[in-house]
Amino acid sequence: MADSKIDIAYVAQLARLELDPAQAEKLQGELGNIVRYIDKLAELDVTGVEPTAHAISRRNVWREDEVRDSFPRETMLANAPDLVDETLIKVPQVLPGEGSN
Amino acid sequence: MSGIDFAKLSVASCADALAKKEYSSEELVKAIAANIRRNDDKIHAFLNFDEEAALRAAKESDARRASGKALSAFDGIPVGMKDNIAVTGETLSCASKILAPVKSPYDATAVAKLKNQGFIPFGRLNMDEFAMGSSCENSAFFPTANPLDTSRVPGGSSGGSAAAVAAKFLPSALGSDTGGSIRQPASFCGTVGLKPTYGRVSRYGLVAFASSLDQIGPLSPCVEDAAIILDAVSGHDPMDATSLDLAGTHALAAVREKRDTQLKGMKIGLPKEYYASSGLDSGVAKVFGEAIENLKKLGAEIVEVSLPHTEYAVAVYYIVATAEASANLARFDGIRYGDRKAGRDLVDTYFKSRGAGFGAEVKRRILLGTYVLSSGYYDAYYLRAQKVRTLIKRDFEEAFKSCDLLLTPVAPNLPFHFGEKSDPLQMYLSDIFTIALNLAGNCGISIPGGVDAESGLPVGIQLIAPSLAEEKLLGAAAVYEKQAFAFTGKPFGC
Repeated sequence: MADSKIDIAYVAQLARLELDPAQAEKLQGELGNIVRYIDKLAELDVTGVEPTAHAISRRNVWREDEVRDSFPRETMLANAPDLVDETLIKVPQVLPGEGSN
Repeated sequence: MSGIDFAKLSVASCADALAKKEYSSEELVKAIAANIRRNDDKIHAFLNFDEEAALRAAKESDARRASGKALSAFDGIPVGMKDNIAVTGETLSCASKILAPVKSPYDATAVAKLKNQGFIPFGRLNMDEFAMGSSCENSAFFPTANPLDTSRVPGGSSGGSAAAVAAKFLPSALGSDTGGSIRQPASFCGTVGLKPTYGRVSRYGLVAFASSLDQIGPLSPCVEDAAIILDAVSGHDPMDATSLDLAGTHALAAVREKRDTQLKGMKIGLPKEYYASSGLDSGVAKVFGEAIENLKKLGAEIVEVSLPHTEYAVAVYYIVATAEASANLARFDGIRYGDRKAGRDLVDTYFKSRGAGFGAEVKRRILLGTYVLSSGYYDAYYLRAQKVRTLIKRDFEEAFKSCDLLLTPVAPNLPFHFGEKSDPLQMYLSDIFTIALNLAGNCGISIPGGVDAESGLPVGIQLIAPSLAEEKLLGAAAVYEKQAFAFTGKPFGC
């Protein structure tokens, strides 16, 4: 079984979550306890057992590839935090370099 | 306006009164809104409600009814909505800061189906943030109180829905159940709460927490109401690929047919691992014991069954649910919608928006889910949990070979005080009786079983049925509910 010591800073990096140092320390302890608890599953022999991903097994669901109405653009943009020309979502600078903001 | 008897508020009683013209839908909605304004400052079940929109819908309903074109017997009846179920033009915050500014552009399928019958979606009900919690204390805005004792929690995550029904603010409400989030608050607030079979009710428009476990279901004052709501919202939906290719249920007919009968010939299984649980509060154990005796008096045969992998269910659940949550909640990044906290570039904006937008419990679960899916740990945690999930599912299939339904407690403890459970792992362990069902996919209901003699607090009991056996489940629950008055001297139900 995997080492139950969880590296909070690394996992928070993967999850794109900013944590303040006090939060990170508290979570380190709490998640350490939880991980030790879930390590319990190592006791069981699961050789030859198929994994269950969904409660009710489903095959792929197909539909016809046909043109349908979609939401109007203004409806979909109504919740955007920042717009350009009322038609585009304004995003922060994507690539590093000279600031354009 | 004729007086509305709030003590008897239910979908069934409103349908009756509307049919007899005792009041109009407009009068009903006005009275409900006034009652909430007067009394919700003690409970805080609602995040917000749009009275004007509800009144517009009520007037349309009254016009339909006056011209003999009512959409159903329930046309004009308001139903509450947990704030993770989409209603056009309403908030969809999931009680999270990151979604606080959002207004839904569309209706969830369950909501559209309710509207098709003339039901009026009313209000946005408080919850644990992103449905993660068992007490409603994880709402980013404010906690909800238990209407039966305002120093205690209403349970969670659908705590606002349960409290609104228990406080008689609304006839019924929708909630969502990923690991007990309908059934546990129902038990804590003395209402009925149903988790349908996975795939029964479309998840389209339900903000995803753990997609393989989430189900929408009703919180209601009685079994009859739960059946009415289930019949309205169930059925196949092409917008949800996991929705089962089946027509809607006919649970109301089953309830009306069965409730005056007994349970002769029905075998009810007691999972010995649940009954033997050492963590069971004495008040809960006493009511549970009485429920067994009551079922025997109703003619049911009680048999012992075994669910041997019970002790692994909490671990499996908190791996599967957090893994799915970490993927589902990755979409909340402050770019296309929601609250953005500007950083120095795109990635920094993700970090800041998510860091400021999510509360402590949501962060905890995202981190756990990210960890169990991360390189080097996937096989040991996530894949292994999926295999044990298979064993848990088989346990139920095996148990149902020797009985029709299972009887279990809902929660090991009575409704607790605010702040009483501060250790996250202890809070997770209290989900033991409800989560296995979500992993296995079958249906279950929490109904009032009795009252703890010492505190006067309600204790729910859980009946569990095989997949797709909602009619049998609700029929048996209705028999128990109907007889409960005779057994306990306390009135339950509508």
